[in-house]
Amino acid sequence: MPVTRGFHRRRPETAKDRLPPGQYDTGDSWPVLSAEATPRLDEEAWTFSVDGLVDSPQTWTWSDLQALPGSAYEGDIHCVTTWSKLDVRFAGVSVDHFLAEASPQPEARFVLAHSVTGYTTNLPIADVAGGRAWVVWSFDGRPLPRQHGGPLRLLVPHLYFWKSAKWVSRLEFLAEDRPGFWEQNGYHDRGDPWLEQRYQGD
Amino acid sequence: MPDASTDGPGVSRWAEGRIIEKDLPSPTTVRLRMHVEGRSRHVPGQHYLIRLRAPDGYTAQRSYSLASDTDDPLLEFLVERQPDGEVSGFLADVAEVGDVLEMRGPIGRWFTWDRHTPAVCLVGGTGVVPAVAMVRTARRLGRAELLRVAAWGRGPAELPYVDELQRFGASIAFTRTSDGSRPVGPMTPAELAPLVRDAEIAFICGSARFAEHAEGLLAECGLDQGSVRVERFGPTG
Repeated sequence: MPVTRGFHRRRPETAKDRLPPGQYDTGDSWPVLSAEATPRLDEEAWTFSVDGLVDSPQTWTWSDLQALPGSAYEGDIHCVTTWSKLDVRFAGVSVDHFLAEASPQPEARFVLAHSVTGYTTNLPIADVAGGRAWVVWSFDGRPLPRQHGGPLRLLVPHLYFWKSAKWVSRLEFLAEDRPGFWEQNGYHDRGDPWLEQRYQGD
Repeated sequence: MPDASTDGPGVSRWAEGRIIEKDLPSPTTVRLRMHVEGRSRHVPGQHYLIRLRAPDGYTAQRSYSLASDTDDPLLEFLVERQPDGEVSGFLADVAEVGDVLEMRGPIGRWFTWDRHTPAVCLVGGTGVVPAVAMVRTARRLGRAELLRVAAWGRGPAELPYVDELQRFGASIAFTRTSDGSRPVGPMTPAELAPLVRDAEIAFICGSARFAEHAEGLLAECGLDQGSVRVERFGPTG
């Protein structure tokens, strides 16, 4: 594609190696993007389930989750709408813990994350295992704000942030890939920001 | 959440779009009308990506909602100039008629009106843009009775397309400076209820703060949360 007449890079290059192609550093702001009305949720009534093709389907209450071994993520997040936010801190539980407790069956190869709003997003199990995915309820040491998915959201920071389902309530293990909400609506099935997998066909 | 509409092609490619018309309707907005050769048809509510490319290969892209109906020979965008906005500032200050920009679209199959379902739009500020596309499509199809629009702005000068929306019969609320037609202030549930009564789907578009307020109003009017589709925007340059 040709150069755009009159357009030049304005932003500093310091974060360049941390910004995937087409992304910019949003700094201290954290844009709110979701497709549905923000639900008003009572954490005391919250449950989080792991089911589908697993040996031990399980459901955790809010207080059950708090008692699990904690795990934190410190690093960057990348939204498909082109903002990235650097050096964020989330805390909760590693998805590895839920995998160990529920034991996915050999034929399980994909996971569909469900939100209480009906939102879904699909991921290969490999993308939620190995210390790369969390269920989190804390952001920068404080409770996760409701508009950002509080009380509980999935966090898969190595993929575009629509994979990090807000208000997550269930991980369903599947043998076949089943496209989630945005994946049915034109977004890429996997969503690797470093490969700029934004939309179908990328 | 209902099933998403399947309108629109699944895959879109980058193409070149030429600016045919440009004006600055207000100090904070720029309106562009663009030609994209051989573009796909779109449905109201969809958006396009616009990408700028610097000589060193650096690119910046943002998504902008369409204001135009698909039968319009050109694509129309109304872009708000963000403080220090990398793309919006370029479009407002540097871009000229005849310039060619990288474009990709139409995108989005969720925040779209199927042109058959009774719908209500609650839109604020430059969030009116997708509602304008819905209004234009409804008029073309002779289905204006299916669409109700409630639009908020600080004042008449700060609400894009206010004349067009008023001609359509939209309910307009000014929150800072009045045009005398109603008291200054946000729309009340009582004002909104008649617009929501027959709606089977609601579209909210505006800032995150506006969207939260509009969601609450719709809930007060008794609309099922599952019927609400929201497009929020923030400081994204």
